[in-house]
Amino acid sequence: MSEVRLLVGTRKGGFVLTSDGRRERWDVDGPHFGGWEIYHMKGSPVDPKRLYASQSSDWFGQVIHRSDDGGATWETVGNEFAYEGVPGTHQWYDGTQHPWEFKRVWHLEPSLTDRETVYAGVEDAALFRSGDGGKTWRELPGLREVKGHLWAPGAGGMGLHTIVLDPQDPRRMYIAISAAGAFRTDDGGQTWRPTNNGLKSPYELPDSEAEVGHCVHRIAMHPSRPNVLFMQKHWDVMRSDNAGESWREVSGNLPSDFGFVIEVHAHEPETIYVVPIKSDSEHYPPDGKLRVYRSWTGGDEWEALTNGLPQRDCYVNVLRDAMAVDSLEPCGIYFGTTGGQVYASADSGDNWLPIVRDLPAVLSVEVQTLP
Amino acid sequence: MIRVILPAHLRNLTQVQGEVALEVTVPVTQRAILDALEALYPQLRGTIRDYTTQERRAFVRFFACKQDLSLDDPDSLLPEAVASGAEPFRIVGAMAGG
Repeated sequence: MSEVRLLVGTRKGGFVLTSDGRRERWDVDGPHFGGWEIYHMKGSPVDPKRLYASQSSDWFGQVIHRSDDGGATWETVGNEFAYEGVPGTHQWYDGTQHPWEFKRVWHLEPSLTDRETVYAGVEDAALFRSGDGGKTWRELPGLREVKGHLWAPGAGGMGLHTIVLDPQDPRRMYIAISAAGAFRTDDGGQTWRPTNNGLKSPYELPDSEAEVGHCVHRIAMHPSRPNVLFMQKHWDVMRSDNAGESWREVSGNLPSDFGFVIEVHAHEPETIYVVPIKSDSEHYPPDGKLRVYRSWTGGDEWEALTNGLPQRDCYVNVLRDAMAVDSLEPCGIYFGTTGGQVYASADSGDNWLPIVRDLPAVLSVEVQTLP
Repeated sequence: MIRVILPAHLRNLTQVQGEVALEVTVPVTQRAILDALEALYPQLRGTIRDYTTQERRAFVRFFACKQDLSLDDPDSLLPEAVASGAEPFRIVGAMAGG
């Protein structure tokens, strides 16, 4: 029978949650790296036993760990993230230019085809690549040449948090940066261009349709249709049918179109999920009700999924990397909250159960479907 | 031998129990100790000093002989008691406050 492995990063360590394909009973292993912030853990699609973890602390900086046995044991690998050449500057809060400074790795994205290749999205925003399993890292500096001097950090930091690899074109990938926007490369990361046409940010930007500066929270893609992208922006849920060339809003009847996560059903590329959050200043669900919203139509028309989720007095957040889907039938959906709960649905979102209730605040959730 | 005490998080990272005993070339300075420490435990690179500037990370402190040596020149001589191994060189995570 298949097995499911969840990789959960929290404010105080990483956890590995496993279940058989029924997804009813779960074993919880951890904390790994106790006391450290684990921004993200992710496994290689080529070799599911190969895992990467981004471990960081305000005291001791960035550490990258790697496992070759599915998380049973870990070894430290390279943690030198040096910007290429003279790092240059970006916009600072007071309008001056500020030097690029490495702070942490927000997201690790293993290659779809090569076990040893992995990408890292970092703060201050840049994209790094390793071709030796994380031992050494080189920046892909062309990204910061796309008006990087105009990028300015938001209150949450200028993190490159989303890396989406095109499964049909190994030279194409998408990234997203808080308060800078979405960008695409078609040549393996050498050159990039903004893909923010159609985004509107009237509350955040003086020019609401600026080429860069939009606060993109997350981008999701179904592997069978890599030209169709879904985005949870700061405000607005968006959709592109042309590989990010243009976007249109599909927020429809959502109770709030602010949020962080967005995911696509594993087997139905027009079925998508978001978790509405009340507002940019109130990072909790509207009306104290934790609801996942599902659209069968790729947006515009949404239904609330509430069975098993708290429907009163709930004031947690669901952060941008904290939702994932497995590839079993029916599709499993998972998300973690800043209150330390990890919820699972083994039936595409119809019903939910908490796997764990009392972890530290959850920063990220990834899932591996194992044979 | 120079005695070094790591904070708990870095002991976990290095799998060290108790103190670290280091052979350090004279003159015994902060830089000499940290160079020897990172040579013995490469996974500590970047966790005590910035990778690029080699400056002490903001929330890491260096204590020895009841003194805070964090702001001293990294190339200045450490107290004789540290150089002789009578007293440990302590690497400390700064108080979080709260």
